[in-house]
Amino acid sequence: MKILVCISKTPDTTAKIAFTDNNTKFADGGVQFIVNPYDEWYALVRALELKEAGLATTVTLVNVGGADNDPIIRKALAIGGDDAVRINLESGDSFTIASQIAAVAKDGGYDLVLTGKETIDYNGSSIGGMVAELLDAPYVSLATKLDAAAGNLTATREIEGGEEVAELSLPAVISCQKGMAEQRIPNMKGIMGARTKPLAVKEPVATDALTSIVSFELPPAKAGVKLVSADTPEELVRLLREEAKVF
Amino acid sequence: MVLIFADQTDGQIKKQAFEAISYGAKIAGQTGTTAEVLVLGTVENAASTLPALGKYGASRVHYADNPAFNGFDAQVYAAAIADAATAAGADVIVFSNTTSGKAIAPRLSARLKAGLVAGAVALPDTSAGFVVKKSVFSGKAFANVAINTPVKVISLNPNAFGIQTSETTAEVVSINLTPSAGKIKVTSVNKVTGTVPLSEAELVVSGGRGLKGPENWHLVEDLAKEIGAATACSRAVADAHWRPHHEHVGQTGGAIAPNLYFAIGISGAIQHLAGVNRSKTIVVINKDPEAPFFKAADYGIVGDAFEVMPKIVEAVKKMKAVG
Ligand SMILES: Cc1cc2nc3c(=O)[nH]c(=O)nc-3n(C[C@H](O)[C@H](O)[C@H](O)COP(=O)(O)OP(=O)(O)OC[C@H]3O[C@@H](n4cnc5c(N)ncnc54)[C@H](O)[C@@H]3O)c2cc1C
Repeated sequence: MKILVCISKTPDTTAKIAFTDNNTKFADGGVQFIVNPYDEWYALVRALELKEAGLATTVTLVNVGGADNDPIIRKALAIGGDDAVRINLESGDSFTIASQIAAVAKDGGYDLVLTGKETIDYNGSSIGGMVAELLDAPYVSLATKLDAAAGNLTATREIEGGEEVAELSLPAVISCQKGMAEQRIPNMKGIMGARTKPLAVKEPVATDALTSIVSFELPPAKAGVKLVSADTPEELVRLLREEAKVF
Repeated sequence: MVLIFADQTDGQIKKQAFEAISYGAKIAGQTGTTAEVLVLGTVENAASTLPALGKYGASRVHYADNPAFNGFDAQVYAAAIADAATAAGADVIVFSNTTSGKAIAPRLSARLKAGLVAGAVALPDTSAGFVVKKSVFSGKAFANVAINTPVKVISLNPNAFGIQTSETTAEVVSINLTPSAGKIKVTSVNKVTGTVPLSEAELVVSGGRGLKGPENWHLVEDLAKEIGAATACSRAVADAHWRPHHEHVGQTGGAIAPNLYFAIGISGAIQHLAGVNRSKTIVVINKDPEAPFFKAADYGIVGDAFEVMPKIVEAVKKMKAVG
């Protein structure tokens, strides 16, 4: 079983969110970028575990982006993975990116494509489903568990108020979230090794974007907290009932 | 025509579908067309349940009552919805951005080459093109996204629009959709029973490390029980195994948008806020006046949760007794 893990570059979780160019671009000056946590902590680590258990032969990382994404790809390679592919395309909507990943998956004959449940910047939760459709493969989204045996997978996914367990055949696409694996901290050996792992740069396949971002905006500032004295908590209950009308 | 996918499990239409229909009906009104609903699989008491979807603004319900749709397979669903949408001439297809919406909508988008906005929080702006506002940066910003294809797919964030009702009933038409061969077999469904699922809860009471240990969770649970709320927790609490992981909210846990988020002994780290900042009203109980959560809160008490919470529960009891 050959695994392809989708790796996305996102701003650090503490990054200040602001926009430039008339609110059409994320202000990335001074922002630290990280591997999207869902991709790193869950998709990548689970792929590595499957390989370590002898259930996968290779783990390849794929990223769609410009050359400035290479440090992030190397960071992910420091955690693990045999090699990486970067599709040299600066930006695009979810469908454009999914089309690139599907093309890599098809060309490379990958059996299993893993993604994080969403990126923490665009929050689309769409790439996995789109890739699956383009590959005509089954898809389990928001998976919390994944096991493999002889050409078959068992995956558990989150549903409202519970979970659902399903069996599916390969090739398949799974989007991963909490529960799937535990975060791994790269060690010195991993970091050194990552420098020499193969990172192939490929040109994108032709696709059309289906959507485009017109502008960004920040939520209106909160009016400010209304503080109630700890001596009169019943006043808080009154406000919640009469002013906020929540119960 | 606006086609709304009304998701069902175990024969019950999900609550979020009512909101999606209300939203779809409003778009239909905006664009001078009709709002119609698609239901896949067998619904309990269909003869009364389905016409009642008119209440939310649907003029017609397309009902594909085929047991092949009773087990969930996003691939089979997306193919069937694509067929139904094409046959009915839908130009906008609406989902609720629930666990199933997140699985199906992207597949449908790729299948129909129809642009998708997932996580929509407002009605489309059709004054120039078709622009939908969506939540980005984990609730810290919005993006206005143009859908540039003739058919448009929107997945609406739960609790972003609200349910709207009127006194109308919908016409129900049975349709025949041939299910494609599935590649997934659902083997079991486990639901937490007896409590409100966090993702569907309108009221949520949540606890953090400030509660010192799992033995003190009555401070959270007593209030939750009194007001009928679901319970949640911070990541620090779930990581310490004080509470089950499905209660963890935040950047790496669940993202929720209830009407009330009541946070007790939670510092309000930016990663925690990322999962709860879309809540309508936020209440914070924290003994540290400098706790960052107060900046994101609507109401707060600076005080010791161990002293304040029992008094709050008493006050709620009294309020309920008065009516
Ligand atoms: C990449 C990344 C992702 C993360 N994702 C998440 C996430 O999804 N969800 C999440 O929650 N966190 C997440 N975190 C962790 C987050 O940064 C915080 O560490 C965590 O939220 C802290 O949990 P807490 O508020 O319960 O605990 P603490 O930070 O320890 O805060 C406890 C609070 O309780 C108050 N307190 C103490 N005693 C009392 C008392 N008697 N009465 C009242 N108040 C009291 C204190 O003043 C303090 O504010 C993430 C971190 C990273 C780096």
